[in-house]
Amino acid sequence: MNDITKLTLSESLEALRTKKISAVELTQAYAENMENCRNYNTYITESVEKALIQAKEADKRYANATNRKLEGMPLGIKDLFCTKDIRTTAASRMLYNFVPPYESTVTQNLLDDGAVFLGKLNLDEFAMGGSNETSYFGPVINPWSKDKPLVPGGSSGGSAAAVAAHLCVAATGTDTGGSIREPAAFCGCTGIKPTYGRCSRYGIVAFASSLDQAGPIAQDVRDCAILLNTMAGFDEKDSTSAKVEVPDFTSFLDKDIKGLTIGLPKEYRPEGLNQEVCSYWDVASEYLKSRGANVKEISLPHTKYALATYYVLAPAEASSNLARYDGIRYGYRASDENMSLDELYTATRTEGFGNEVKRRIMIGTYVLSAGYYDAYYLKAQKMRRLIYNDFMEAFKACDVILTPTSPITAFPLGDESMLQNPINMYLNDIFTVSVNLAGLPAMSLPVGLSKNGLPLGMQLIGKPFDEATIFKVAAKLEQDAGFKRI
Amino acid sequence: MAVDNETVKRVAFLSRLKVEDNKTEAVKEEFNKILAWIEELNEINTENIEPLISVNDIDLRLREDNVTAGNCKDDILKNAPSAEYDYFAVPKVVE
Repeated sequence: MNDITKLTLSESLEALRTKKISAVELTQAYAENMENCRNYNTYITESVEKALIQAKEADKRYANATNRKLEGMPLGIKDLFCTKDIRTTAASRMLYNFVPPYESTVTQNLLDDGAVFLGKLNLDEFAMGGSNETSYFGPVINPWSKDKPLVPGGSSGGSAAAVAAHLCVAATGTDTGGSIREPAAFCGCTGIKPTYGRCSRYGIVAFASSLDQAGPIAQDVRDCAILLNTMAGFDEKDSTSAKVEVPDFTSFLDKDIKGLTIGLPKEYRPEGLNQEVCSYWDVASEYLKSRGANVKEISLPHTKYALATYYVLAPAEASSNLARYDGIRYGYRASDENMSLDELYTATRTEGFGNEVKRRIMIGTYVLSAGYYDAYYLKAQKMRRLIYNDFMEAFKACDVILTPTSPITAFPLGDESMLQNPINMYLNDIFTVSVNLAGLPAMSLPVGLSKNGLPLGMQLIGKPFDEATIFKVAAKLEQDAGFKRI
Repeated sequence: MAVDNETVKRVAFLSRLKVEDNKTEAVKEEFNKILAWIEELNEINTENIEPLISVNDIDLRLREDNVTAGNCKDDILKNAPSAEYDYFAVPKVVE
C-alpha cells in the first residue's frame, strides 16, 4: 500500500498544490494499488493509460498555476455513467461491448474541473441489487472481510470497496433506493445522495428515472462536499434537473450546530433491530446533543410501507427504461440466424439480462399491465405521496433526521437466505428507500465498528435542497465518532 | 391477487423475455411471494390521495426546436451489432 494513497482528496489536493507530490506520481501509486488488489474485483474496466495522460496535463497546470478545483484527483467512476470512448457496461452482458460516443454531464463536470479517471467501477447489474452479486462481471469483495469474503453492499459496491481499499481517492455512485448509502456504510466510507434534481441524470444508464440520483462516495465528509460542488448543478439536458443555486458545501463544515433540532423517527427502531445498530444510534445522538443540538423523537407513520411501495415503482420504471435494450442499435445481440425480429428481441433480452434484472422487468411489466395498473402502480404512487407527506410534516419540527443507514453490517458473499428469497435482500433497504421516494438528500457516514470489526453507518436526512444542514451535522458527528479507515 | 402460469407466460411475452416451460412454476411462485408482500399496501386507504408521480414539481421546460447535436452517424453506428449501408441492420421482416 502506497502512503500517498492514504491521503484524503482534500489532503491530496493540498499535497499537489504545495508540490509535495506530482499528479503523475499520485496516479501511478493508485495504479499500483489497483494492480495489487485485482482480487477485490472493483474495476470492470481500467483506464490507467488515459489517466496518466490526464495526470501529466494536471502537472503542467500546477506548474503554470492554471490548476482547477479537482486538478489531478484520481477518481473511480461507477460503470453506470457514460464515459466517452471508455466502455460503459452497467455490469450487464447487455452492454458488455458498449463504448459511449458521449460523456455524462456529471463526469463531464468532473473532467472540466481537472479530475483523472482511473477506470469504471463494478456494480450490481443495471444498479439492481444490494450486494453487488448481480454483476455480470462477478461480485466485489469488501476490503473489510476477515476470514470469509463479505459483500460490499450495492449497488455502488465497486465504488465503496475501491474507496475503502485506496484504489481511487474517491468515486462516483448512484442511488435509487440506497445504492450510495448502503455500500458506503458496509465499507466504512462516506457517501451522499443529494436532493432529486441536484445532479444531472444525463448520460447515466437509467434504472428508475423518478428515483435515480448521482452522488459521491469518499473517505470523509469534506471530500464529499468538494466533489458534490463539482457534480451538482443545473443541466439543460435533463428535464428534471433543478434550477437551484449550488452553494459551496465545504463552507458548512465548520458551522455550529447549536440549537439545531435532530429528529429520531420512532418507526426506525422496529422490534428486533440489531442491538449494536441501536446503541450506535444512541451514541450518535448523544454526540449531537453534547454539541448543543436538540434531539427529539419524530414519527414517519408510513415507513412500514416504503419498501413495498418502492418495489412496485422502481420495477415499473425499470421495465419501461430497459425496453430499449433490443439488440438493434447497441450492446449485445443474440445470434439472429433464422429468427424473426420478435424472436431476436426475445433471445437478445433473455441472454443479455441476468436473473434479478429479468425479475424486476417482469414485476414492472405486470404492475403496469392492463387491469393491474390501478391496483399496484397507482396505489403505490398514492402511497408515495403519503410517505412524502410524512417527511414534510416531520420537518416542521426538526431540521435534520438521524437514523441508522442499514439494519445490518456487511454479510457473507453467497448468503443463502438473501439469494433464495429476494425479499430478504430487499429488506436491507428498509432505512434508505423512503428517502428516494421523497426525493430528499441523505448521507451515510461511518460511526464505528461492530463486535466483528465491521463498519456501521449512520444516515442524516435533510430537507429538499438542504444538503447544507446535513454537511454541518455530519462534520461534527464525524469528528466525535473518530472512525478509523483502513 | 395471485398469478397463474398463463399470466407468467403473458408477462414474459410482454417483457420480450423467455421463461422456459420447466421454470414457469418457479417463476410463478416467486412472483406470488413478491405480490403477496406488496398486498400490504392495501392496509392503507388511499381513496382521496393524489398520486405522487415526481417529487420535482417544476414544469417541463421548452426549448427552441433546433438541432443541438448531429452529424454523428458514424459515432452512433459504431456500437451497432450489425450495420449496413449506413443503417442499423435487422433480420428480414418482409417476405
